[in-house]
Amino acid sequence: MSRATLLVLADGRFPAGGHAHSGGAEAAVAAGRIKDAADLAEFCRGRLHTSGLVAAALAAAAALGVDPLLLDEAADARTPSAALRTAARKLGRQMMRAARATWPSAELDALAAVRPKGAHQPVVLGLAARSAGLGPEDAAYVAAYEAVSGPASAVVRLLSLDPFDATGVLARLAPELDRVAADAGAAARRVPDEGVDALPASSAPLLDIGAEAHAAWAVRLFAS
Amino acid sequence: MHLDHSDPHSHSHDGPAAVSADAVRPDGRRRALRIGLGGPVGSGKTATVAALCRALRDELSLAVVTNDIYTREDAAFLLREAVLPPERITAVETGACPHTAIRDDISANLEAVEDLEDEVGPLDLVLVESGGDNLTATFSRGLVDAQLFVIDVAGGDDIPRKGGPGVTTADLLVVNKTDLAPYVGSDLQRMARDAKEQRAELPVVFQSLRSEEGVSEVAAWVRQRLADWTAA
Repeated sequence: MSRATLLVLADGRFPAGGHAHSGGAEAAVAAGRIKDAADLAEFCRGRLHTSGLVAAALAAAAALGVDPLLLDEAADARTPSAALRTAARKLGRQMMRAARATWPSAELDALAAVRPKGAHQPVVLGLAARSAGLGPEDAAYVAAYEAVSGPASAVVRLLSLDPFDATGVLARLAPELDRVAADAGAAARRVPDEGVDALPASSAPLLDIGAEAHAAWAVRLFAS
Repeated sequence: MHLDHSDPHSHSHDGPAAVSADAVRPDGRRRALRIGLGGPVGSGKTATVAALCRALRDELSLAVVTNDIYTREDAAFLLREAVLPPERITAVETGACPHTAIRDDISANLEAVEDLEDEVGPLDLVLVESGGDNLTATFSRGLVDAQLFVIDVAGGDDIPRKGGPGVTTADLLVVNKTDLAPYVGSDLQRMARDAKEQRAELPVVFQSLRSEEGVSEVAAWVRQRLADWTAA
Protein backbone atom coordinates (compact mmCIF):
# COMPACT_ATOMS: atom_id res chain seq x y z
CA MET A 1 0.00 0.00 0.00
CA SER A 2 1.01 3.58 -0.53
CA ARG A 3 1.35 5.62 2.63
CA ALA A 4 0.80 8.81 0.65
CA THR A 5 -2.55 7.49 -0.63
CA LEU A 6 -3.66 7.17 2.97
CA LEU A 7 -2.83 10.84 3.50
CA VAL A 8 -4.95 11.84 0.50
CA LEU A 9 -7.97 9.92 1.83
CA ALA A 10 -7.51 11.11 5.42
CA ASP A 11 -6.97 14.76 4.51
CA GLY A 12 -9.65 16.96 6.05
CA ARG A 13 -9.84 18.76 2.71
CA PHE A 14 -10.78 15.59 0.84
CA PRO A 15 -13.99 16.89 -0.81
CA ALA A 16 -16.53 14.50 0.65
CA GLY A 17 -18.85 16.85 2.52
CA GLY A 18 -17.48 16.50 6.04
CA HIS A 19 -17.01 20.24 6.54
CA ALA A 20 -20.77 20.79 6.94
CA HIS A 21 -21.10 18.30 9.83
CA SER A 22 -20.06 18.72 13.47
CA GLY A 23 -20.27 15.09 14.57
CA GLY A 24 -22.70 16.01 17.33
CA ALA A 25 -20.55 18.86 18.63
CA GLU A 26 -23.04 21.61 17.80
CA ALA A 27 -25.74 19.91 19.87
CA ALA A 28 -23.27 19.30 22.71
CA VAL A 29 -22.12 22.92 22.68
CA ALA A 30 -25.73 24.15 22.82
CA ALA A 31 -26.48 21.78 25.71
CA GLY A 32 -23.49 23.19 27.62
CA ARG A 33 -21.54 19.92 27.51
CA ILE A 34 -18.64 21.44 25.54
CA LYS A 35 -17.37 24.78 26.84
CA ASP A 36 -13.59 24.49 26.46
CA ALA A 37 -10.75 22.33 25.18
CA ALA A 38 -10.97 19.93 28.16
CA ASP A 39 -14.64 19.28 27.41
CA LEU A 40 -13.79 18.81 23.75
CA ALA A 41 -11.23 16.17 24.69
CA GLU A 42 -13.79 14.24 26.73
CA PHE A 43 -16.41 14.54 23.99
CA CYS A 44 -13.97 13.27 21.38
CA ARG A 45 -12.82 10.42 23.60
CA GLY A 46 -16.42 9.31 24.12
CA ARG A 47 -17.22 9.53 20.44
CA LEU A 48 -14.05 7.70 19.45
CA HIS A 49 -14.77 4.67 21.66
CA THR A 50 -18.45 4.41 20.69
CA SER A 51 -19.62 5.50 17.24
CA GLY A 52 -16.00 6.00 16.18
CA LEU A 53 -15.14 2.36 16.89
CA VAL A 54 -18.27 1.16 15.10
CA ALA A 55 -17.49 3.31 12.05
CA ALA A 56 -13.88 2.17 12.02
CA ALA A 57 -14.87 -1.50 12.11
CA LEU A 58 -17.45 -1.05 9.34
CA ALA A 59 -14.86 0.74 7.21
CA ALA A 60 -12.26 -1.95 7.88
CA ALA A 61 -14.70 -4.71 6.92
CA ALA A 62 -15.61 -2.92 3.68
CA ALA A 63 -11.94 -2.48 2.87
CA LEU A 64 -11.44 -6.20 3.51
CA GLY A 65 -14.02 -7.01 0.83
CA VAL A 66 -17.07 -7.90 2.95
CA ASP A 67 -20.34 -7.38 1.01
CA PRO A 68 -21.08 -3.65 1.38
CA LEU A 69 -24.84 -4.21 1.39
CA LEU A 70 -24.54 -6.51 4.42
CA LEU A 71 -22.39 -3.86 6.09
CA ASP A 72 -24.89 -1.16 5.17
CA GLU A 73 -27.60 -3.12 6.99
CA ALA A 74 -25.25 -3.65 9.92
CA ALA A 75 -24.66 0.09 10.03
CA ASP A 76 -28.41 0.77 10.05
CA ALA A 77 -28.82 -1.65 12.95
CA ARG A 78 -26.06 0.14 14.87
CA THR A 79 -27.48 3.63 14.30
CA PRO A 80 -30.66 4.05 16.36
CA SER A 81 -31.10 7.76 15.53
CA ALA A 82 -32.98 8.33 12.28
CA ALA A 83 -31.29 11.73 11.94
CA LEU A 84 -27.87 10.09 12.12
CA ARG A 85 -28.85 7.40 9.62
CA THR A 86 -29.89 10.18 7.23
CA ALA A 87 -26.66 12.11 7.83
CA ALA A 88 -24.56 8.95 7.36
CA ARG A 89 -26.21 8.18 4.01
CA LYS A 90 -25.86 11.78 2.85
CA LEU A 91 -22.17 11.73 3.69
CA GLY A 92 -21.84 8.28 2.13
CA ARG A 93 -23.25 9.61 -1.13
CA GLN A 94 -20.79 12.50 -1.08
CA MET A 95 -17.89 10.17 -0.26
CA MET A 96 -19.00 7.94 -3.13
CA ARG A 97 -18.82 10.81 -5.60
CA ALA A 98 -15.37 11.85 -4.44
CA ALA A 99 -14.10 8.26 -4.36
CA ARG A 100 -15.39 7.38 -7.84
CA ALA A 101 -13.73 10.48 -9.23
CA THR A 102 -10.49 9.80 -7.36
CA TRP A 103 -10.07 6.01 -7.35
CA PRO A 104 -12.59 4.63 -9.88
CA SER A 105 -13.51 0.96 -9.46
CA ALA A 106 -16.20 -1.50 -10.49
CA GLU A 107 -17.00 -2.17 -6.82
CA LEU A 108 -17.70 1.52 -6.17
CA ASP A 109 -19.84 1.73 -9.32
CA ALA A 110 -21.80 -1.34 -8.24
CA LEU A 111 -22.57 0.06 -4.78
CA ALA A 112 -23.46 3.48 -6.27
CA ALA A 113 -25.91 1.77 -8.61
CA VAL A 114 -27.81 -0.03 -5.85
CA ARG A 115 -27.59 2.82 -3.31
CA PRO A 116 -27.97 5.94 -5.51
CA LYS A 117 -28.97 8.07 -2.51
CA GLY A 118 -26.04 6.84 -0.48
CA ALA A 119 -24.87 3.93 1.67
CA HIS A 120 -23.59 4.57 5.21
CA GLN A 121 -20.46 6.73 5.05
CA PRO A 122 -18.07 4.31 6.84
CA VAL A 123 -19.00 1.54 4.39
CA VAL A 124 -18.33 3.78 1.39
CA LEU A 125 -15.15 5.04 3.03
CA GLY A 126 -13.93 1.45 3.46
CA LEU A 127 -14.73 0.61 -0.14
CA ALA A 128 -12.97 3.81 -1.25
CA ALA A 129 -9.90 2.73 0.71
CA ARG A 130 -10.07 -0.68 -0.97
CA SER A 131 -10.33 0.96 -4.41
CA ALA A 132 -7.33 3.10 -3.53
CA GLY A 133 -5.30 0.00 -2.71
CA LEU A 134 -5.40 0.56 1.06
CA GLY A 135 -5.97 -2.09 3.70
CA PRO A 136 -8.57 -2.58 6.44
CA GLU A 137 -6.45 -1.00 9.18
CA ASP A 138 -5.91 2.06 6.96
CA ALA A 139 -9.66 2.44 6.51
CA ALA A 140 -10.16 2.01 10.26
CA TYR A 141 -7.64 4.75 10.95
CA VAL A 142 -9.37 7.19 8.62
CA ALA A 143 -12.82 6.50 10.11
CA ALA A 144 -11.55 6.72 13.69
CA TYR A 145 -9.70 9.94 13.01
CA GLU A 146 -12.74 11.49 11.29
CA ALA A 147 -14.77 10.64 14.39
CA VAL A 148 -12.70 13.12 16.39
CA SER A 149 -11.33 15.59 13.82
CA GLY A 150 -14.82 16.59 12.67
CA PRO A 151 -16.00 17.70 16.13
CA ALA A 152 -12.65 19.38 16.85
CA SER A 153 -12.75 21.63 13.78
CA ALA A 154 -16.47 22.32 14.34
CA VAL A 155 -15.84 23.46 17.91
CA VAL A 156 -13.17 25.88 16.70
CA ARG A 157 -15.91 27.54 14.65
CA LEU A 158 -18.67 27.21 17.25
CA LEU A 159 -16.80 28.41 20.35
CA SER A 160 -13.99 30.38 18.70
CA LEU A 161 -11.79 27.90 20.53
CA ASP A 162 -8.05 28.42 20.10
CA PRO A 163 -7.20 26.20 17.08
CA PHE A 164 -3.90 25.17 18.68
CA ASP A 165 -5.79 23.82 21.69
CA ALA A 166 -8.15 21.87 19.44
CA THR A 167 -5.25 20.33 17.52
CA GLY A 168 -3.56 19.50 20.81
CA VAL A 169 -6.66 17.55 21.81
CA LEU A 170 -6.36 15.46 18.65
CA ALA A 171 -2.64 14.90 19.16
CA ARG A 172 -3.15 13.61 22.70
CA LEU A 173 -5.82 11.18 21.48
CA ALA A 174 -3.33 9.53 19.10
CA PRO A 175 -2.52 6.49 21.28
CA GLU A 176 -6.25 5.81 21.70
CA LEU A 177 -6.77 6.20 17.96
CA ASP A 178 -4.11 3.53 17.44
CA ARG A 179 -5.94 1.18 19.79
CA VAL A 180 -9.38 1.79 18.29
CA ALA A 181 -8.06 1.28 14.75
CA ALA A 182 -6.38 -1.99 15.80
CA ASP A 183 -9.52 -3.25 17.58
CA ALA A 184 -11.65 -2.30 14.58
CA GLY A 185 -9.32 -4.07 12.18
CA ALA A 186 -9.31 -7.21 14.36
CA ALA A 187 -13.12 -7.24 14.55
CA ALA A 188 -13.39 -6.81 10.77
CA ARG A 189 -11.09 -9.78 10.21
CA ARG A 190 -13.51 -11.98 12.17
CA VAL A 191 -16.46 -11.09 9.89
CA PRO A 192 -15.68 -13.61 7.08
CA ASP A 193 -16.01 -16.46 9.62
CA GLU A 194 -18.49 -15.09 12.14
CA GLY A 195 -20.61 -12.68 10.10
CA VAL A 196 -21.33 -9.01 10.77
CA ASP A 197 -22.31 -9.74 14.38
CA ALA A 198 -18.58 -9.82 15.07
CA LEU A 199 -18.52 -6.06 14.50
CA PRO A 200 -18.75 -3.82 17.59
CA ALA A 201 -22.10 -2.20 18.38
CA SER A 202 -21.16 0.29 21.05
CA SER A 203 -23.34 3.38 21.21
CA ALA A 204 -23.50 6.79 22.85
CA PRO A 205 -27.10 7.62 23.79
CA LEU A 206 -26.37 11.33 24.26
CA LEU A 207 -25.06 11.55 20.69
CA ASP A 208 -28.25 9.90 19.43
CA ILE A 209 -30.53 12.12 21.52
CA GLY A 210 -28.56 15.23 20.65
CA ALA A 211 -28.71 14.40 16.95
CA GLU A 212 -32.48 14.00 17.05
CA ALA A 213 -32.91 17.35 18.81
CA HIS A 214 -30.41 19.07 16.52
CA ALA A 215 -32.20 17.88 13.38
CA ALA A 216 -35.30 19.77 14.50
CA TRP A 217 -33.58 23.12 15.08
CA ALA A 218 -34.66 25.91 12.73
CA VAL A 219 -31.31 27.72 12.95
CA ARG A 220 -28.02 25.83 12.99
CA LEU A 221 -24.54 26.11 11.56
CA PHE A 222 -23.98 22.42 10.83
CA ALA A 223 -26.06 19.79 9.07
CA SER A 224 -25.51 17.31 11.92
CA MET B 1 -37.28 23.71 -23.88
CA HIS B 2 -38.61 21.51 -21.16
CA LEU B 3 -41.81 23.19 -20.02
CA ASP B 4 -43.82 20.32 -21.46
CA HIS B 5 -43.43 17.56 -18.91
CA SER B 6 -44.56 14.76 -21.20
CA ASP B 7 -40.94 14.17 -22.15
CA PRO B 8 -40.57 11.12 -24.38
CA HIS B 9 -37.45 9.97 -22.51
CA SER B 10 -38.48 7.94 -19.51
CA HIS B 11 -36.79 8.54 -16.18
CA SER B 12 -34.16 5.87 -15.82
CA HIS B 13 -32.33 5.47 -12.54
CA ASP B 14 -30.44 2.32 -13.39
CA GLY B 15 -27.03 3.89 -13.85
CA PRO B 16 -25.04 5.34 -11.00
CA ALA B 17 -25.09 9.10 -10.61
CA ALA B 18 -22.66 11.21 -12.59
CA VAL B 19 -19.30 11.73 -10.97
CA SER B 20 -18.48 15.32 -11.83
CA ALA B 21 -19.69 18.11 -14.06
CA ASP B 22 -20.52 15.76 -16.95
CA ALA B 23 -22.78 17.49 -19.45
CA VAL B 24 -24.79 14.32 -19.95
CA ARG B 25 -26.87 12.69 -17.22
CA PRO B 26 -26.77 8.92 -16.56
CA ASP B 27 -30.07 8.57 -18.46
CA GLY B 28 -28.45 10.05 -21.56
CA ARG B 29 -30.18 13.44 -21.46
CA ARG B 30 -28.14 16.62 -21.48
CA ARG B 31 -28.32 18.17 -18.01
CA ALA B 32 -29.61 21.63 -17.18
CA LEU B 33 -27.41 24.71 -17.46
CA ARG B 34 -26.19 25.71 -13.98
CA ILE B 35 -25.64 29.36 -13.15
CA GLY B 36 -24.15 30.46 -9.82
CA LEU B 37 -24.94 33.73 -8.04
CA GLY B 38 -22.39 34.91 -5.50
CA GLY B 39 -21.68 38.13 -3.66
CA PRO B 40 -21.54 39.76 -0.24
CA VAL B 41 -24.32 39.58 2.34
CA GLY B 42 -27.24 41.88 1.57
CA SER B 43 -26.23 42.78 -1.98
CA GLY B 44 -29.46 41.39 -3.42
CA LYS B 45 -28.63 37.85 -4.53
CA THR B 46 -31.92 36.38 -3.33
CA ALA B 47 -33.92 39.31 -4.72
CA THR B 48 -32.17 38.82 -8.08
CA VAL B 49 -32.92 35.08 -7.99
CA ALA B 50 -36.58 35.83 -7.24
CA ALA B 51 -36.77 38.37 -10.06
CA LEU B 52 -35.08 35.95 -12.50
CA CYS B 53 -37.57 33.23 -11.56
CA ARG B 54 -40.47 35.56 -12.24
CA ALA B 55 -38.95 36.67 -15.55
CA LEU B 56 -38.06 33.19 -16.83
CA ARG B 57 -40.48 30.69 -15.30
CA ASP B 58 -43.03 30.97 -18.09
CA GLU B 59 -40.48 30.20 -20.81
CA LEU B 60 -38.12 27.77 -19.03
CA SER B 61 -38.24 24.81 -16.68
CA LEU B 62 -36.11 26.02 -13.77
CA ALA B 63 -35.13 25.26 -10.19
CA VAL B 64 -33.12 26.96 -7.43
CA VAL B 65 -30.54 25.71 -4.92
CA THR B 66 -29.80 28.06 -1.99
CA ASN B 67 -26.77 27.88 0.32
CA ASP B 68 -27.69 29.59 3.56
CA ILE B 69 -25.03 30.17 6.15
CA TYR B 70 -26.95 29.00 9.19
CA THR B 71 -30.66 29.08 8.40
CA ARG B 72 -33.11 28.34 5.63
CA GLU B 73 -33.91 32.08 5.31
CA ASP B 74 -33.16 32.41 1.61
CA ALA B 75 -35.09 29.31 0.65
CA ALA B 76 -37.90 30.44 2.96
CA PHE B 77 -37.96 33.88 1.29
CA LEU B 78 -38.26 32.32 -2.17
CA LEU B 79 -41.01 30.00 -0.94
CA ARG B 80 -42.89 32.88 0.71
CA GLU B 81 -42.64 34.94 -2.45
CA ALA B 82 -43.91 31.87 -4.33
CA VAL B 83 -41.54 32.50 -7.24
CA LEU B 84 -41.49 28.76 -7.95
CA PRO B 85 -43.38 25.73 -6.65
CA PRO B 86 -41.75 24.50 -3.40
CA GLU B 87 -40.49 21.24 -4.93
CA ARG B 88 -38.27 23.34 -7.24
CA ILE B 89 -36.36 25.01 -4.39
CA THR B 90 -33.73 23.16 -2.31
CA ALA B 91 -31.55 24.45 0.54
CA VAL B 92 -28.01 23.13 1.13
CA GLU B 93 -26.46 23.39 4.60
CA THR B 94 -22.90 24.68 4.56
CA GLY B 95 -21.43 24.19 8.06
CA ALA B 96 -20.52 27.87 8.57
CA CYS B 97 -18.38 27.89 5.41
CA PRO B 98 -20.52 28.93 2.44
CA HIS B 99 -17.52 29.36 0.14
CA THR B 100 -16.40 25.78 0.86
CA ALA B 101 -19.73 24.38 -0.35
CA ILE B 102 -19.54 26.18 -3.70
CA ARG B 103 -15.80 25.95 -4.36
CA ASP B 104 -13.70 23.44 -2.39
CA ASP B 105 -16.21 20.68 -1.61
CA ILE B 106 -19.11 20.91 -4.02
CA SER B 107 -20.66 17.47 -3.51
CA ALA B 108 -23.70 18.59 -1.48
CA ASN B 109 -24.57 21.17 -4.12
CA LEU B 110 -24.07 18.71 -6.98
CA GLU B 111 -26.40 16.28 -5.24
CA ALA B 112 -29.03 18.97 -4.70
CA VAL B 113 -28.90 19.85 -8.41
CA GLU B 114 -29.08 16.20 -9.48
CA ASP B 115 -31.97 15.46 -7.12
CA LEU B 116 -33.91 18.41 -8.56
CA GLU B 117 -33.31 17.10 -12.08
CA ASP B 118 -34.46 13.62 -10.99
CA GLU B 119 -37.53 14.81 -9.11
CA VAL B 120 -38.89 17.79 -11.05
CA GLY B 121 -36.92 17.56 -14.29
CA PRO B 122 -36.29 17.78 -17.10
CA LEU B 123 -34.90 21.21 -16.29
CA ASP B 124 -33.44 23.86 -18.57
CA LEU B 125 -31.78 25.96 -15.88
CA VAL B 126 -30.71 25.61 -12.24
CA LEU B 127 -29.77 28.76 -10.33
CA VAL B 128 -27.32 28.07 -7.47
CA GLU B 129 -27.26 30.92 -4.96
CA SER B 130 -24.26 31.07 -2.62
CA GLY B 131 -24.52 32.06 1.01
CA GLY B 132 -23.60 35.70 1.54
CA ASP B 133 -19.83 35.70 1.77
CA ASN B 134 -16.86 37.90 1.09
CA LEU B 135 -15.28 39.23 -2.08
CA THR B 136 -13.12 36.14 -2.61
CA ALA B 137 -15.93 33.59 -2.97
CA THR B 138 -16.27 32.05 -6.42
CA PHE B 139 -18.00 28.94 -7.71
CA SER B 140 -16.11 25.86 -8.84
CA ARG B 141 -16.31 25.11 -12.57
CA GLY B 142 -17.25 21.61 -11.45
CA LEU B 143 -20.50 22.99 -10.03
CA VAL B 144 -21.65 25.79 -12.35
CA ASP B 145 -21.25 26.60 -16.03
CA ALA B 146 -21.33 30.37 -15.53
CA GLN B 147 -21.43 32.65 -12.53
CA LEU B 148 -22.56 36.14 -11.76
CA PHE B 149 -21.34 38.20 -8.86
CA VAL B 150 -23.77 40.62 -7.22
CA ILE B 151 -22.55 43.71 -5.37
CA ASP B 152 -24.56 46.80 -4.49
CA VAL B 153 -23.88 50.51 -4.54
CA ALA B 154 -24.55 50.86 -0.80
CA GLY B 155 -21.72 48.46 0.03
CA GLY B 156 -19.27 51.15 -1.05
CA ASP B 157 -18.42 52.44 -4.52
CA ASP B 158 -14.79 51.34 -4.08
CA ILE B 159 -15.62 47.60 -4.29
CA PRO B 160 -14.99 47.36 -8.07
CA ARG B 161 -11.63 49.11 -7.55
CA LYS B 162 -10.68 46.67 -4.76
CA GLY B 163 -11.32 43.76 -7.10
CA GLY B 164 -10.92 40.21 -5.81
CA PRO B 165 -11.80 36.98 -7.61
CA GLY B 166 -15.58 37.58 -7.58
CA VAL B 167 -15.45 41.08 -9.03
CA THR B 168 -12.60 40.31 -11.41
CA THR B 169 -13.45 36.89 -12.84
CA ALA B 170 -17.24 36.42 -12.65
CA ASP B 171 -18.83 35.94 -16.06
CA LEU B 172 -21.21 38.80 -15.23
CA LEU B 173 -20.81 41.49 -12.58
CA VAL B 174 -24.11 42.91 -11.34
CA VAL B 175 -24.06 46.25 -9.53
CA ASN B 176 -27.38 46.26 -7.71
CA LYS B 177 -29.57 48.91 -6.02
CA THR B 178 -28.54 51.75 -8.34
CA ASP B 179 -31.62 53.64 -7.09
CA LEU B 180 -29.81 54.08 -3.75
CA ALA B 181 -26.70 55.72 -5.26
CA PRO B 182 -27.75 59.35 -4.60
CA TYR B 183 -28.59 58.55 -0.96
CA VAL B 184 -25.33 56.80 -0.10
CA GLY B 185 -23.04 59.04 -2.14
CA SER B 186 -21.93 56.30 -4.55
CA ASP B 187 -20.48 57.40 -7.87
CA LEU B 188 -21.86 55.01 -10.51
CA GLN B 189 -19.57 56.33 -13.23
CA ARG B 190 -16.57 55.66 -11.07
CA MET B 191 -17.83 52.14 -10.32
CA ALA B 192 -18.27 51.50 -14.04
CA ARG B 193 -14.78 52.82 -14.81
CA ASP B 194 -13.16 50.72 -12.07
CA ALA B 195 -15.10 47.61 -13.09
CA LYS B 196 -13.99 48.04 -16.70
CA GLU B 197 -10.39 48.31 -15.52
CA GLN B 198 -10.64 45.13 -13.42
CA ARG B 199 -12.63 43.07 -15.90
CA ALA B 200 -11.53 44.22 -19.35
CA GLU B 201 -14.11 42.77 -21.77
CA LEU B 202 -16.21 40.89 -19.19
CA PRO B 203 -19.71 42.41 -18.95
CA VAL B 204 -21.15 44.54 -16.13
CA VAL B 205 -24.83 45.28 -15.53
CA PHE B 206 -26.10 48.11 -13.35
CA GLN B 207 -29.60 47.32 -12.11
CA SER B 208 -32.30 48.48 -9.77
CA LEU B 209 -34.93 45.83 -9.14
CA ARG B 210 -37.29 48.69 -8.24
CA SER B 211 -37.03 50.25 -11.69
CA GLU B 212 -39.20 49.34 -14.63
CA GLU B 213 -36.36 47.46 -16.35
CA GLY B 214 -35.78 45.45 -13.16
CA VAL B 215 -33.87 42.25 -13.84
CA SER B 216 -34.40 42.30 -17.61
CA GLU B 217 -30.77 42.86 -18.60
CA VAL B 218 -29.56 40.00 -16.40
CA ALA B 219 -32.40 37.80 -17.67
CA ALA B 220 -31.27 38.53 -21.24
CA TRP B 221 -27.71 37.50 -20.30
CA VAL B 222 -29.05 34.24 -18.81
CA ARG B 223 -31.05 33.54 -21.98
CA GLN B 224 -27.90 34.00 -24.04
CA ARG B 225 -25.93 31.60 -21.80
CA LEU B 226 -28.71 29.07 -22.21
CA ALA B 227 -28.72 29.49 -25.99
CA ASP B 228 -24.96 28.89 -26.03
CA TRP B 229 -25.32 25.85 -23.75
CA THR B 230 -28.07 24.34 -25.87
CA ALA B 231 -26.09 24.91 -29.06
CA ALA B 232 -22.85 23.47 -27.62
